[in-house]
Amino acid sequence: MQQPIAGSGEGLAPPKPRSLSVEDFAFISDFVRRRSAIVMDAGKEYLAETRLSHVVQKEGLESIASLIRTLRQGGARELEGAVVEAMTTNETSFFRDLKPFDLLRLELLPNLIAARRSTRTISMWCAAASTGQEPYSVLMMIDQHFPELRDWRINFVATDISNEVLGKARAGIYTQFEVNRGLPAQMLVRYFDGQGGKWQIKPELRARVQFKEMNLIEPWAAMEPMDIVFIRNVLIYFDQPTKTAILGKIRKTLRPDGTLLLGGAESTLGLDDNFTAVRSQGSTFYRLQTGGFK
Amino acid sequence: MRALVIDDSRAIRLILSRTLTELGFETLDAANGLEALAVLQREGPMDLALVDWNMPEMDGLQFVQAARAEPAWSRMKLMMVTTETELARVVKALEAGADEYVMKPFTRDVIAEKLALLGLGQRAA
Repeated sequence: MQQPIAGSGEGLAPPKPRSLSVEDFAFISDFVRRRSAIVMDAGKEYLAETRLSHVVQKEGLESIASLIRTLRQGGARELEGAVVEAMTTNETSFFRDLKPFDLLRLELLPNLIAARRSTRTISMWCAAASTGQEPYSVLMMIDQHFPELRDWRINFVATDISNEVLGKARAGIYTQFEVNRGLPAQMLVRYFDGQGGKWQIKPELRARVQFKEMNLIEPWAAMEPMDIVFIRNVLIYFDQPTKTAILGKIRKTLRPDGTLLLGGAESTLGLDDNFTAVRSQGSTFYRLQTGGFK
Repeated sequence: MRALVIDDSRAIRLILSRTLTELGFETLDAANGLEALAVLQREGPMDLALVDWNMPEMDGLQFVQAARAEPAWSRMKLMMVTTETELARVVKALEAGADEYVMKPFTRDVIAEKLALLGLGQRAA
């Protein structure tokens, strides 16, 4: 995490982490993998220490070592949940990577609107939405560039494994650092209310997305068929069989002409041959091989 | 690309100039709005100006208003970089003609991402 430049304020560096033994790192890696399928290879020790330090502080524990001793004993469900949440929280920001939002605005949404004129319904799913910046970015962009959709039914679901981040996402309250990152100032003034040093997404925008708890590796509840699925910078944390399994389940969730959006460094290549990559507007999206707008 | 850094703090001018240099800009700087106008009249318009708000002689808002009154400088992007963090201030700056707004404290990534929004650089990963 970058240190802020120029002045005091929020977002200062986390507390100095304690050391994590090789055995304890192996235990934590295995624990996280069993609970969430997220892989933490060697080299991720600092990340683990930093995140576990926050849990130690929050839970009022003595040290990382004592936290792990408690986990090894088993039965500490709340602590186990807190550790999974801390280790699986993904960084996100408004309009992250920018180009996929240009792709949505210039191509995907115009085509989708044309294809859905008879039903006036669009369904989207943002998987691993974390603290909500991605779905809110999509909604801000839609409201600004496609005002005709205000009369449509937009079924927008955003999910994450972590209840804590979902709570933050539902509240839609962000720090100065968070709204500083990637959010056009015009959108800040249009879609946020100032809240005593923090910034809250306006209620009419918050009402347009449903945040739900979901673990990608567990059985999924039935979902409405989706026009667009966002699962960006998430699959990178899983091993190959898990990536393939998740893509297979997403494939069944997508409409035949639906679109899958991954992170810029991700691909379905070697994982699921049922997707076709399409390059456009400086970005890549994925269609089912038998799909495409008619 | 050329950028003008306008801030009454020498330390901030150095930090922002270094950040912009790393992002591919040649930089000039000024300690207030009046000095900045003199630089622009001498050097011609820049691609970008980073503008503090609270400065002696001529503050950032006045500079933005003056800069936007010059048709020859209309393509110069103006980005406020300021400790003023109230919504009303952001609105005022945008209405005066600022293109973007960064609240202090900031990181290098914040500057880089804002420049990408302005079409002036690569987006930070």
